[in-house]
Amino acid sequence: MHDLNPITPLGAAAPVVESHGPVTLTEVTETALASVAARLGREAETTTLLTEVLGAAPPTPARLNPGTPGAFWMGPDQWMVEAPLSTHEDLAAQLAARANGAASVTEQTDAWCRFDLTGDNLADVFERLCPANTRAFAGGEAVRSAIDHLGCFLLCRAPDHITVLGPRSAAGSLHHALVVAMRAAF
Amino acid sequence: MTGPNRLNGGLIDRSKPLSFTFDGRSYRGFAGDTLASALLANDVRLMGRSFKYHRPRGPMSAGSEEPNAIVELREGARKEPNTRATTAELFDGLSANSQNRWPSLKWDVMAVNDRLSNFFAAGFYYKTFMWPAAFWEKVYEPIIRKAAGLGTLSHAPDPDSYDKGFLHCDLLVIGAGPAGLAAALTAAQSGAQVIVADEDFLPGGRLNAETFALGDQSGAAWAAETAAALQAMPNVRLMTRSTVIGAFDHGIYGVVERVSDHLPQPLPGKPRQILWRVYSRRAILAAGATERPIVFENNDRPGIMLASALRSYANRWAATPARAVAVFTNNDDGHRTARDLSAQGVSAVVIDTRTDAPETTDYETIPGATVTNTQGRLGLTTVEVTLATGTTRTLSVGGLGVSGGWNPNVHLTCHQRGRPVWDQAIAAFVPGGTLPVGLIPAGAAQGVFSTHGALASGQAAAQQALSDLGITAKPAALPQAEDAPVNVTPFWHVRGAKRAWVDQQNDVTAKDVKLAHQENFVSVEHLKRYTTLGMATDQGKTSNMAGLAIMAEVAGKSIPEVGTTMFRPPYTPTAMGAFAGRSRDMDFRPTRKTPSHVWAEEQGAIFVEVGMWLRAQWFPRPGETHWRQSVDREVTQTRKSVGICDVTTLGKIDVQGANAAEFLNKVYCNGFAKLAVGRTRYGLMLREDGIAMDDGTAARLAEDHFVVTTTTANAVAVYRHMEFVRQCLFPDMDVQLISTTEAWAQFAVAGPNARKLLQKIVDPAHDISNEGFPFMACAEITVCGGLRARLFRISFSGELAYEIAVPTRYGDALIRRMMQAGEEFDVVAYGTEALGVMRIEKGHAAGNELNGTTTALNLGMGRMVSKKKDSIGSTLSEREGLNEADALKLVGFRPVNPQDKVPAGSHLMTRGDPVDAAHDQGYVTSACYSPSLGCHIGIGFLKSGDSRKGEVVRLVSPLTGLDHEVEVVSAHFVDPEGERLRA
Repeated sequence: MHDLNPITPLGAAAPVVESHGPVTLTEVTETALASVAARLGREAETTTLLTEVLGAAPPTPARLNPGTPGAFWMGPDQWMVEAPLSTHEDLAAQLAARANGAASVTEQTDAWCRFDLTGDNLADVFERLCPANTRAFAGGEAVRSAIDHLGCFLLCRAPDHITVLGPRSAAGSLHHALVVAMRAAF
Repeated sequence: MTGPNRLNGGLIDRSKPLSFTFDGRSYRGFAGDTLASALLANDVRLMGRSFKYHRPRGPMSAGSEEPNAIVELREGARKEPNTRATTAELFDGLSANSQNRWPSLKWDVMAVNDRLSNFFAAGFYYKTFMWPAAFWEKVYEPIIRKAAGLGTLSHAPDPDSYDKGFLHCDLLVIGAGPAGLAAALTAAQSGAQVIVADEDFLPGGRLNAETFALGDQSGAAWAAETAAALQAMPNVRLMTRSTVIGAFDHGIYGVVERVSDHLPQPLPGKPRQILWRVYSRRAILAAGATERPIVFENNDRPGIMLASALRSYANRWAATPARAVAVFTNNDDGHRTARDLSAQGVSAVVIDTRTDAPETTDYETIPGATVTNTQGRLGLTTVEVTLATGTTRTLSVGGLGVSGGWNPNVHLTCHQRGRPVWDQAIAAFVPGGTLPVGLIPAGAAQGVFSTHGALASGQAAAQQALSDLGITAKPAALPQAEDAPVNVTPFWHVRGAKRAWVDQQNDVTAKDVKLAHQENFVSVEHLKRYTTLGMATDQGKTSNMAGLAIMAEVAGKSIPEVGTTMFRPPYTPTAMGAFAGRSRDMDFRPTRKTPSHVWAEEQGAIFVEVGMWLRAQWFPRPGETHWRQSVDREVTQTRKSVGICDVTTLGKIDVQGANAAEFLNKVYCNGFAKLAVGRTRYGLMLREDGIAMDDGTAARLAEDHFVVTTTTANAVAVYRHMEFVRQCLFPDMDVQLISTTEAWAQFAVAGPNARKLLQKIVDPAHDISNEGFPFMACAEITVCGGLRARLFRISFSGELAYEIAVPTRYGDALIRRMMQAGEEFDVVAYGTEALGVMRIEKGHAAGNELNGTTTALNLGMGRMVSKKKDSIGSTLSEREGLNEADALKLVGFRPVNPQDKVPAGSHLMTRGDPVDAAHDQGYVTSACYSPSLGCHIGIGFLKSGDSRKGEVVRLVSPLTGLDHEVEVVSAHFVDPEGERLRA
């Protein structure tokens, strides 16, 4: 086992938690991510693979499959699979091995920073951040949108729980934008 | 009572008195007042000076169309010039000042302009400031700028913040007057998602300013009740203080919500304003109508205003400019003003241009008469009326309401180039032509002026919108309301006037309009620009029609034949801050930080912005006083032993699939099909037109798996290009792409001791000896006891070098570990400056050389463009013009005099040739001081450069006076044979 200590996308040893009004923002660092894109002509095999991995059919466009592992749709025949880091540090390798050439799998764990917003009236925050119609979110949505000029995914795990995945290098700016919007909204 | 002209009643809250100042003097008003209404109640009619002639002016309207009562609000950094007193909501402690006057509003030196008005007719500037031409910028313009303009800026940064937001709805209702409320109620009760936006702080529109009833209650009470009902519904968002400023494509509207303008300052964390982008499926324009004035001699004195404004002040704000007023009208609506003010105990007389004017016992009516002049230096005192018989009569009044009919607020229907159409019945333009998709006009905005008509048309518009959206309409029960017909006889201006103001904001007279026509500015667009009619903060809301009417008259045309100018967003003036939102100062754009950022900060690194990235530029050490000392040290130490640089910012693209190699063969001009697994290759990408686009490396990790690197600057562009190639050019190839730039922290480890250092980090199972891991090798390895990593033996510096990548969250730990491991080798961290010096010393092309004009041939890589295969850009790279015999070639330059610099951007000339563009031989692209060579060096493009080595050429910059000699050398100053990087 190696002896290097990880840091969070915000550059600290531990994730941040902040509350304002009814909303709590929690930085989540314990999720492994891997993209899975079907190889040409092997879409059915990829769907079968994901169905096995997820225990359910892979999500349709703009949808999220919660669960462990879970997945969300990123593009035609392309998904992001998420799982707890503690048990799936090598998620990409595991999936690649199971895909057996039917899908291209790429490690994405550290490509993203993740902030979860929980609480009531989350749309009041997000309507100041991005064009996505978060007020219509009922749970299970996975939408690509832009927050503070950054391409982000919004994953609605429940009406009172939305995950924002953004580019890791800009975690500081994204976090700032989220907190400013929380303070402006409430 | 808080002022001599405060009446009874009104929608002000007398339990909440407020104090405020205007031009330093204190006054009292009430919650619900505007600055204008409070000042009128305090017997202050004079609120500003006009733009050009500095004529005394008071409010002309009671709304956002105001041209005259333009003031500066607040003090210090929050001072806002050119704000309308008629919409400024009163708050306790408000400080307002008049503008465009000196030394005071009552005694304004620049009022001398008014005496000289004969010289200042339309086109005055163009005719007067013609010569000498050199005077324009240095003399005339500064004088004019000082004399003209309205308020002054604070010159301090805006202390407030602004938000941008996004809303979605089935139906956007623009305006909360009777039509808007009826529409909103119908749509809301039918279950649609509804947004209602109104610029006023009180919903209701004209209902708040009129006395007639809706059903068994007052119009204002019905509006308040309806607004409260709407507010209570979960599917409705009722937005007051929210102006719809523009109609954009696909049902998108811009709405500025003034969140905090009615407060002394925004609450902590809250924005001053929000610019909302509203995505609507349908929209109803219920923006009402604006009354238009009649143009007559001296029609601009304080106290003269629109008849509807006089009525608004009396009914809604319980204020009047005077206890005796007159009304000058050409229609029945003007009589309402006289009736309402008489009822409030204000003496009123109506001067009606129509001989058949309706008469009543409530007030005196003078039919068939016109106002032919007025008196009163700082405020109206008397009105001269010319009777139908031709005799004149003088009325002593302090207020004059003017009504020339009403213009529907069609502006938003024109934002996508729709042209309104003329409706003779109401003598006004109504929405017509091609409207923005999904926008339905209703009520007065549609030309339906009665309250009953507004309610009914609002409901009908909602029903139409709901039907379009497939929602079953449940019409709301609407109250009984007045349904008076429009009786108007067009009357635009009183003839024979010398100083009759058409556009009061820009001081444009009827004579100016005629002069413009006389001087052949006959198109309305030219009229506007020549006279400035319809420009500035009010955009001609009260002046355009009179201007068109006078133009039509002198041109012998009808008004519709003359046409209208184009209305453009924003509908009302909008703070620049609202457009910027949060994107200002440090938040102008996001900042990207490298994985070693925290560590670099601890080292005291100096950072540089590279795109959005912050990269360490150099790492100063104690005692170093100049950046060159740090950079020279970093270069020297790296070349001598070993240096480490964070290169995470370079783009990394994961390319997988059965056709991955074939795909890269298309994207890169050189061959990739035969690259062995475990090897890396330098690649050059061309644009379709044969020009070099980007360079980088591709490492083959498996038969069907490559990692492509790009330059930092082009990371996104290259990824986008590759996606285009994949999806559009070669959709039959099995290849998948995803960016992994952020997923891996990557460091260059360069210098003769690079391997020794890495051997302390890389787990022993992996052989990285020169034999086991030669130049251009790549592998997936583990480091520090099992952490997965990637190692590439590639070199940008020209030294024995590697790039090592670990999952990003371990980047910080890895650089600390490597710096520790390198202590015995005197390891140095180097920044982008040393990186640049070393690549120039090595002659590697970078962004300066891949500048969008250069080809592979220019870069000395002509032979890399494979003829054995087809790749993007290869065919067009063979164009004759790109392959001339004397084509530019990348070479190096050393100064003949070792003290001379070789500045990038300087041009190259053959000795003895004239220094001009025709004899240009090329230019220097990159330059630096080379600590390895002990002098300045440069690389750049020289015609036939590859065959001119040893030649001395002139390096010139006519702009800076630079002119010295440099010797043409190989661009590879350091280790031209490449022995070091293979060691």
